[in-house]
Amino acid sequence: MFFGGIDIGASATKAALIDDSGRLLGSAVLRSGVDFTGSAAKGMEMALAQAGLEAGQVEGVFACGYGRKNAAMAQETRTEIACHAAGAYHHFPQALTVVDIGGQDNKIIKLNAQGLRTSFKMNRKCAAGTGAFLEEMALRLDLPLESLNGLAEKATEEATLGAFCTVFTATEVLSKIRDGVKIEALVKGLFRSVVKRVMEMDIFEGTVIMTGGVAAHNPYLAEMLSLELGREVLLPPLPQLNGAWGAAILARDFRARQLASE
Amino acid sequence: MSEKTPPIQATKMMKKLMADHFLALDRAAAEGSPKVAWCTSVGPAELLIAMGFEVYYPENHGALLGATRMATDTIPVANALGYSPEICSYLTADVGAFLKGITPLTKAYGIKGVPKPDVLVFNTNQCRDVQDWFEWYGRHFNVPAIGVRTHRGVGEVRDYMVADVAQQIKDLIPTLEQVSGNKFDIDRLREVVGLSKQCTEQWRAVLEYGARVPAQMNFFDHTIHMAPAVVLRGRPEAIEYYDTLLAELVEREKAGYSAVPGERIRLYWDGMPVWGRLRMLAELMNELKAAIVCSTYCNSWIFGAFDANDPFESMARAYTELFIVRDEAYKENYMLEHVKRYGCQGIIFHDAKTCPNNSNSRYGLPQRFAEVHGVPSLVINGDLNDLRCFSDEQAKTNIEAFVEQIEEAAA
Ligand code: SF4
Repeated sequence: MFFGGIDIGASATKAALIDDSGRLLGSAVLRSGVDFTGSAAKGMEMALAQAGLEAGQVEGVFACGYGRKNAAMAQETRTEIACHAAGAYHHFPQALTVVDIGGQDNKIIKLNAQGLRTSFKMNRKCAAGTGAFLEEMALRLDLPLESLNGLAEKATEEATLGAFCTVFTATEVLSKIRDGVKIEALVKGLFRSVVKRVMEMDIFEGTVIMTGGVAAHNPYLAEMLSLELGREVLLPPLPQLNGAWGAAILARDFRARQLASE
Repeated sequence: MSEKTPPIQATKMMKKLMADHFLALDRAAAEGSPKVAWCTSVGPAELLIAMGFEVYYPENHGALLGATRMATDTIPVANALGYSPEICSYLTADVGAFLKGITPLTKAYGIKGVPKPDVLVFNTNQCRDVQDWFEWYGRHFNVPAIGVRTHRGVGEVRDYMVADVAQQIKDLIPTLEQVSGNKFDIDRLREVVGLSKQCTEQWRAVLEYGARVPAQMNFFDHTIHMAPAVVLRGRPEAIEYYDTLLAELVEREKAGYSAVPGERIRLYWDGMPVWGRLRMLAELMNELKAAIVCSTYCNSWIFGAFDANDPFESMARAYTELFIVRDEAYKENYMLEHVKRYGCQGIIFHDAKTCPNNSNSRYGLPQRFAEVHGVPSLVINGDLNDLRCFSDEQAKTNIEAFVEQIEEAAA
């Protein structure tokens, strides 16, 4: 049996198809744009093509993310919190703290050893510490977004940026540029700021897993978080697809429960 | 269990009562008699009624500005005047509306403006903002803004606190006599305190219907039906109203109605309502089949200590005993007791940006509830009136995820 998950985020739509062992057969990542329904359909189509499956062969699809209500092919919706939790637990079945750094918000989700959620937190209405923050800063520094990870990694120094607010940080960055601080040091300072915002959100317990598009493109963030926390921070195989993969897992478990009760 | 719950009929009576209340105020302000007193929602209204004032409650007006979302346009006016976006958005919405010359009372009752005060009487038991708020109008109208300055962060309510507050209430009398032209009459005060006590007990009985399984009323119903307990307590109309409502609730329960059809989850709400988003939140909770059965906010108009035999002391005690006046340990116990009694599976804390006084999630209380009492909670960021501080999407996802979590744990 095959199952699908679709995660329609504010920036990107992710689709995943799995078999009943949870193995990924096909996936897609595309921009959500302004037509969530269209992006969801397209994403699923792309994932189906990659998996070599027809829509009719898929037993169930669950959707999550901001646009979750826009996925026409989904039988049920779950929050991205449930789906990221399910995705992370699929790869690491143990007590976890899942850190999802998304385009618009951050989430910290705690699971017990049985995979049950014990608590979760989403950041406030503010870009601090999110993907939007890094995007804004890349723009200010006139750097391609993809170059940030490499720059931060090779920095030998680090600029101290103290402000909470994205606008204040931009001002701080400007004054550092004026003072001749190296670009690598600035980018590492920006990464540190993301890590700090995340650490302020909650207490970290169990194994720490980092998911989401920002972690996927900037794995150095996980390394920095790990150093700060003094514990290992792991990435699932495809961090950006974790929510969609988790949604597919939930669709599979839902079907299994249905079958068991029939 | 009914799939569709018919609306509560008593609401019509309440609408009429509220219209009469505002029209009487409008008339009094126009005719200069009786005199108009503005009063904070948590007293000392009984004294003002006893002295013959028509009493107007600016917080109620603030909530109307929020519920009609007029606040969105009026808050920035007060901000521009130097009243920070970080302070009470009842204050900023209300002062801004006044400066813009608009009020929701126009559309609702055909009233041009809020009734001009002859005196303003505040009680700082809830916060300091009310004092600053009333003083703004005091300066504007050149009328006295007087008040009671209460103890805050109170653990056990001690006799010296009660004596102090009772004396402060008595000290208001000379000014009130002067403004109203009426002599203070202790028997009249006893009568009003007695009526307020009755109203309080009825309101308590209404709230108890939230404890039924399934709940007969939820938080969103309470925010509507609390109006008489807030603005008409001390008057016989409030008692008649709750008699009618309680009789209807008896019938509704017999008929098998429930506030949230198909109720699956029961929750406690702490903090202010998000006035401009009540409908959205009510619909979301209905969709999730989750009932908010009890709240700190709607419970705040239970003044159990009122005693007609001892009006000053009992008012002082009642207004000092309130949740908002108390220390953290009291708040924790109070909420825990209600969570248990109402069978709540979790708590939603509303952290209102502009009202720290009603935001109880800021000193680790949600964490203590989880760790010590095993009660999960969710904190949503928002505000009572300032929708610039509220995100529909974040609130929805948060609440949905919280209900998912509770259901998963229960499964
Ligand atoms: S308690 Fe909060 S909402 Fe009420 S008047 Fe004070 S600051 Fe405003």
